[in-house]
Amino acid sequence: MTTLGILLVLVLLLVVFGLLFRLQILTSIFSGSSTREVGVSNRVNAILCILFLVIGGAAFAWSFVDNYDKMNPPIASVHGHATERMFWTTMIILGIVFTLTQILLFVYSYKYQHKDGRRAFFFPHNNKIEVIWTVIPAVVMAGLVFAGWKEWTRITGPAPKDAIVVEVMGKQFNWLVRYPGRDQKLGVVNYRLIDATNEFGFDLSDQNGIDDFVAPEIHVPKGHPVLLKIRSRDVLHAVYMPHFRVQMYAVPGMPTKFWFTPTKTTDEMRAQTGNPKFNYELACNQICGRGHFAMKLNIVVDEPDDYVNWFAAQKSFSEQNPDVLASFKQKPSKLVEKEAAAAAVVPTAAKASL
Amino acid sequence: MAANLPTHAQVQGGIGTTEPGISHDEHLHHDEHHDQNFLQKYVFSTDHKVIAKQFLITGILWAIIGGTLSSLFRLQLGWPEATLEWLQPFLGKWIEGGKLNPEFYLALVTMHGTIMVFFVLTAGLSGTFSNFLIPLQIGARDMASGFMNMLSYWFFFLSSVVMFTSLFIETGPAAAGWTIYPPLSALPQAISGSGMGQTLWLVSMALFIVSQLLGGVNYITTVINLRTQGMSMSKLPLTIWAFFLTAVLGLLSFPVLFSAALLLIFDRSFGTSFFLSDIYIAGKALSNTGGSPILFQHLFWFLGHPEVYIVIMPAMGMVSEILATNARKPIFGYRAMIGSLLGISLLSFIVWAHHMFVTGMNPFLGSVFMFLTLIIAVPSAVKTFNWLATLWRGNIRLTTAMLFSIGFVSLFIAGGLTGIVLGNAALDIQMHNTYFVVAHFHLVMGSSAFFGLWAGVYHWFPKMFGRMMDEKLGYIHFWLTFIGVYLVFLPMHYVGIAGFPRRYYAWTGFDTFSQFADLNKFISVAAIVAFIGQFIFIFNFFYSIFRGRRATENPWNSTTLEWTTPVVLGHGNWPGEIPAVHRWPYDYSKPGAAEDFIPQNVPYSQTQSSNLPYEKEME
Repeated sequence: MTTLGILLVLVLLLVVFGLLFRLQILTSIFSGSSTREVGVSNRVNAILCILFLVIGGAAFAWSFVDNYDKMNPPIASVHGHATERMFWTTMIILGIVFTLTQILLFVYSYKYQHKDGRRAFFFPHNNKIEVIWTVIPAVVMAGLVFAGWKEWTRITGPAPKDAIVVEVMGKQFNWLVRYPGRDQKLGVVNYRLIDATNEFGFDLSDQNGIDDFVAPEIHVPKGHPVLLKIRSRDVLHAVYMPHFRVQMYAVPGMPTKFWFTPTKTTDEMRAQTGNPKFNYELACNQICGRGHFAMKLNIVVDEPDDYVNWFAAQKSFSEQNPDVLASFKQKPSKLVEKEAAAAAVVPTAAKASL
Repeated sequence: MAANLPTHAQVQGGIGTTEPGISHDEHLHHDEHHDQNFLQKYVFSTDHKVIAKQFLITGILWAIIGGTLSSLFRLQLGWPEATLEWLQPFLGKWIEGGKLNPEFYLALVTMHGTIMVFFVLTAGLSGTFSNFLIPLQIGARDMASGFMNMLSYWFFFLSSVVMFTSLFIETGPAAAGWTIYPPLSALPQAISGSGMGQTLWLVSMALFIVSQLLGGVNYITTVINLRTQGMSMSKLPLTIWAFFLTAVLGLLSFPVLFSAALLLIFDRSFGTSFFLSDIYIAGKALSNTGGSPILFQHLFWFLGHPEVYIVIMPAMGMVSEILATNARKPIFGYRAMIGSLLGISLLSFIVWAHHMFVTGMNPFLGSVFMFLTLIIAVPSAVKTFNWLATLWRGNIRLTTAMLFSIGFVSLFIAGGLTGIVLGNAALDIQMHNTYFVVAHFHLVMGSSAFFGLWAGVYHWFPKMFGRMMDEKLGYIHFWLTFIGVYLVFLPMHYVGIAGFPRRYYAWTGFDTFSQFADLNKFISVAAIVAFIGQFIFIFNFFYSIFRGRRATENPWNSTTLEWTTPVVLGHGNWPGEIPAVHRWPYDYSKPGAAEDFIPQNVPYSQTQSSNLPYEKEME
């Protein structure tokens, strides 16, 4: 019944609109405005242009200021501060260009609106002006590119030798974390060895992997470079850590990496934001299926001492899963060797495709 | 003039126009009396004007579908906790317990993107106006090959049917994003949309590419070969330059998408490993090794990036034309405008990998593409300044088409500038795949191209249908849409700067992203209202076809050739001889001239009072 009522109201509204529309046409015919080339509407639209500029500009400025704090989640990495400065510098330059051009656009539209008897100024080109406004953007762009390029090469350059290595592996629909253990070397993994217990596909015939351990969240020490090694075992994912200004795809068959230096511990950040529940979050930022929106991993930044303690308390995967270890002891098998050989081919192939 | 015409007409007849009446002068006057049944005249027509209208109306239907899909996912984003039970009658099993199915959400964004980019803004925009305006503005009786032109539409139609069908199959339409990155798009185990839905998507796109190539070859040939006497390349209206270069871009880049699609079809169906490697999914390790998902992205974006210029360049051309006509001033820097179009076309082929800075691609390549990308900002800036200079000291008539053109410039600036942030690899680390990107391309290519489309429809409607659209409704449509677009996409930047990821069904699981509930609701309301407002345009369009005020031959006092044709256009465009061209297309408000415009077909000998010194020789 309500639905019927709503439909009826809608239909009546449409009828009213239709009648108004006809009425408008008929009045314009009787008043003769339909045959005038440029009528009152021109003036109305010109005024609307100015109103749009003034009211719209004010609303934009207000909403920007109002949301500024929310837009800027706290930053907690060394390069993050640098890119943040560059971002807002760029935005200021863009903001100036935006404001000037929009003002010219709407002010011209208003100021040079049609007037009977006036003629437009015949001004087909002017080489000097055109050269000037080709060169200026080119110079500004060159500056921005150069700054960006310097920062980009620094960020993507090789990680410091003493960087702590952490590996994250994306899968539908969560993240797995692996540490290299005391020997600081990650063992070989092979996707063909993956099963419900061995989610990473540890190949424990590789000695480097014996002390590797997995963790439910990422722990890293403050003030120390961290090298994230990133892989995926099914579809594309992306490691996105907005507080650290870190983003890199997780690509099946092609391990990727990203290094950064955290600057604030989780506790410091909780104090700074006044939010006792604050956590650094890692989100998946490449569409990966049904659970894409829920692929979250927490990152804990510890004081260096706490980190060392945490690290020491971890038990290696092989220790926790003696069955898996045993299975490798029984068969130093051909299968495993063959698979490892096949896996070794992959990076070359992936590189070639670039 | 008369001596040259037969040669010209022979060229047209020779290349394959199926209509004999247009290739010989003696038949010209009988055009409208040919026995054409309804099917030949309106359905399987080889007349470029009818084909243009077919593209336009199909495009409008697709835009309604694409817009509806976006309203659905905006409902989900604006009110993540709300129950959508009332949508059950329409969406059936995609509503589970009052909630939108997350995979269906992904299907919605995928299909919205696909439909808008390809079916509306490529076929609907350039298909409509390249077809309609190229022969009329260069002074030709039809396209080089009318038959191929007809095929181009019917391949598009077939492609549309396949894509439309995919919306209704049980496993749902493609859901791996409009960029269909494998492995997600290759493995039905990964998402149900990658089953039948993705197959239909690929088939549909293959047909679509055929349609684009048939159209593109035709546009290029026509512009090169069929220009009327005196119409040198340096006298072409900017619209034609834009359509011409758009066709070139399409011809060079669409085949690459075709190859990517073909390889993906092989990976999906025939066990190859072009894009697949080391995958363990649904409890099973796949045998594929050695492939690279990144290779697909290179192939995809080699089309994908020129594609955004394929979308925007026709709009740029039409806006240049409409701004000059309604400012009653020559377009400022005609040659610089052509130069910047050429620059954009060339550069658009060597910037594709800026979509891939953080994919694990070699950072050195990232540096190279950052340099190339930021260079492309220069020709775009030149165009913007030239449009502003065109308005300066004009005598501006704010028709609906003019308002949409001004809106285009405004949106192009707003969206284009943020491209400078995204083209900077160091800044893209944070912004990649956030709503900042979504806001950027919806302004610069989505909304701007739509504004170009509307400007074109309002401006050339009198030539298309011999009637005028209602201007008052046009004004309401413009202001509602213009304000609506800004209300939707400006706040989206704020959300994006904070790092809100795109293609998220819900953000409530993340502390970092959940502070924007109010803003998301606001964006959703604005988007849905702006979408509903489009029905004003649709009503105006269809009403005016049948009941609009009758148009005159040249209602906007414009200079280009299409306005020299009669109000009711027959097959062949001009009842008599094709006019010859004597001057450039922008002689508006020339000092000394009797009127404030001199059409291209008026010889200098008739305008002695207004000729510039170097034009005196041509009298």
